[in-house]
Amino acid sequence: MLILSRKIDEKIKIGEDITLTIIEIRGDQVKIGVEAPKNIKVFRQEVFTAIQSENRAASEIPSMEKVNELKKLMSK
Amino acid sequence: MDVKLRDGTVATVEDSQLYEFPEGLFGFEDFKKYAMVSSEYAPFIWMQSLENEHLAFLIVDPFLVCDDYEVDIDEKTLSKIGITSPKDVCVMSVVTIPANGNPITANLQGPLIINRKTNQSMQVILNDNKWTTKFNIVQALKNREAVC
Repeated sequence: MLILSRKIDEKIKIGEDITLTIIEIRGDQVKIGVEAPKNIKVFRQEVFTAIQSENRAASEIPSMEKVNELKKLMSK
Repeated sequence: MDVKLRDGTVATVEDSQLYEFPEGLFGFEDFKKYAMVSSEYAPFIWMQSLENEHLAFLIVDPFLVCDDYEVDIDEKTLSKIGITSPKDVCVMSVVTIPANGNPITANLQGPLIINRKTNQSMQVILNDNKWTTKFNIVQALKNREAVC
């Protein structure tokens, strides 16, 4: 793991075409600009984790009873 | 071909019902091949892993449960599964049925994007916070009824 320190307006370059810029620091919040090619997935970690854990939850299917109720609602 | 389903039964599926996720689903990256099998709970569809009979997801067309749903995905991402035209795109949502009695939800933030022509598919993450991983389907349908 690389650990380094940056000031406002300073940048970090990752590989050829990813650049992070420290835009603003306010209290315990840091605003970061991410420039990356569109095919590079950039997410907040918690969003990524939420999708992973939602998939895990979805793979556990306890019973279909409630789905049956839903089906009735949808066919109305 | 015959596909063993999660509940132990066997379904016969056509090639047109077979889908490939080259990158898997988030958290399930090792499972890339699925069969879409209609369920007795239409419009919900089973997405059954061909590589692990115990792994299946229930999926639904998100536009059926959320009227103003929209997905915005850049062309480069879509080109990974060979999508070049909007008419090639099919969007589906993964459904969660909690064991604890909480409401059934659809994951609108991590939809499945399917190339209708080739059945190549991927799960994407929408950065728009407007869409949640836990969209309450029942509540939405009830609200809609109230409006109509």
